[in-house]
Amino acid sequence: MDDSLLFSLKLSVQVATVATVLVVMVGLSAAYLLSRKNFPGKELLDILLTLPLVLPPTVTGYYLIVLFGRNGLLGRYLYAWTGWSIMFTWYAAVLASFVVALPLMVKTARAAIESVDENLIRASYTLGHSEYRTALKVILPLARKGIVAGTILSFARAMGEFGATLMIAGNIPGRTNTMPLAIYSAAGSGDRSQAAIMVMVFTLFSGFFLYVASKLSRRVL
Amino acid sequence: MTKKLAVLLVISFFSAVLPVGIALAGPTMDLTVSAAISLKNAFEEIGKLYESRNKNTKVLFNLGASGDLVTQIKGGAPIDVFASAALKDMDKLDSAGFVVKDTRTNFAANTVVLIVPSSSKITIPSFEDLKKPEIKKIAMGNPKTVPAGRYAAETFQYYKISDMIHNKLILTENVRQVLDYVYRGEVDAGVVYSTDAMVRQQGVKIILTAPEASHKPVIYPIAVVKGTKNEQAANSFVALVTSEEGQKILSQYGFKPIASAK
Repeated sequence: MDDSLLFSLKLSVQVATVATVLVVMVGLSAAYLLSRKNFPGKELLDILLTLPLVLPPTVTGYYLIVLFGRNGLLGRYLYAWTGWSIMFTWYAAVLASFVVALPLMVKTARAAIESVDENLIRASYTLGHSEYRTALKVILPLARKGIVAGTILSFARAMGEFGATLMIAGNIPGRTNTMPLAIYSAAGSGDRSQAAIMVMVFTLFSGFFLYVASKLSRRVL
Repeated sequence: MTKKLAVLLVISFFSAVLPVGIALAGPTMDLTVSAAISLKNAFEEIGKLYESRNKNTKVLFNLGASGDLVTQIKGGAPIDVFASAALKDMDKLDSAGFVVKDTRTNFAANTVVLIVPSSSKITIPSFEDLKKPEIKKIAMGNPKTVPAGRYAAETFQYYKISDMIHNKLILTENVRQVLDYVYRGEVDAGVVYSTDAMVRQQGVKIILTAPEASHKPVIYPIAVVKGTKNEQAANSFVALVTSEEGQKILSQYGFKPIASAK
């Protein structure tokens, strides 16, 4: 395997892993809030969190540039305070993958949490457990099927992210060229053999990941 | 089948067939031109001129990095005319057998420049100053597919700064993306053609011009693609580009006119 291929694969896994960790943390919290709480703006939050699922990745990418570009609505302050911009870094790739994978986690986890028997939750409260303890010891374990499914989906989505990543992280060899981007470059420059090898490696990796994921979820479930 | 379903099917059938009927009604012809993206503004104007002279032809532009365009044509894309920003890409297409004999000709030249955002306060008296730590990001086309990227790489090599600025380089998919990054201030400097800088005069400023000796000559060739279904229209489009009117439009956008056979 060629150096650049190894780099792209390693980068893709790294970006997807970090993004998935963030997605699980933020997604679970959001799913819990949306399924068990009522507050003003709840529907709006739901829509905002679902949007990246229905919007084309290039639209999501555009919004990310508007927000986090060097002169972006948020990016300009970051740049003014630290002299640093997220654009063209692997963190931007993480951000793109995070945003597009989040709806998958929120939707599946929310459905799972909502399907937990309310009686069991009430029983936990009557036994004197706090909301936090109930969430941790009763709700989440009972919802684990959906949460595991959401995690797997999110990781897969993060690994395959292309459009938004291309827009905010760029396609810089040796720095931000994740596998999907590297395959795009190879195919675009007519480097068919390189593209074919990468496609095969990526497919094998994905197949292996699905196998491991299903084995793990059977143990957990 | 219920009556409602039958009605729905009939309506769907007609709405699917209708566009085809309209299309076949008039003798409109499509001419697809794959052109280097730096030619965008000039070629779009030439295209309008062509359409006004040939009322039944619609000119469609497929713009992008010359390298990508070559890959598309080699992959079987139905293109009638190809214009690239370097001789190398046309040579590649020619040796692969996709150029119609005797239709290839050079039609313009360009200059390579270094641009910065208009608001930039960094001074860059010479290309060697790109080593300065204040310049953190430099955008250029990906040399694999973008001719402007190759010219940039050659220029950096000429000034012997390639290794030192390697970590600052942001590679883009085409030259207009470099222009956009500089315009938006995402990078501190970028290498584009002088004609691209002209398009964004209010947002970017040319700070250096690469001397001709620092890179291969920036010559734009055009040719009719083999397999075109509209050879006559393709030939007349090429003729318009190399004609006095076409050359005038090109020079209005900053290209140096050279209509010479290769």
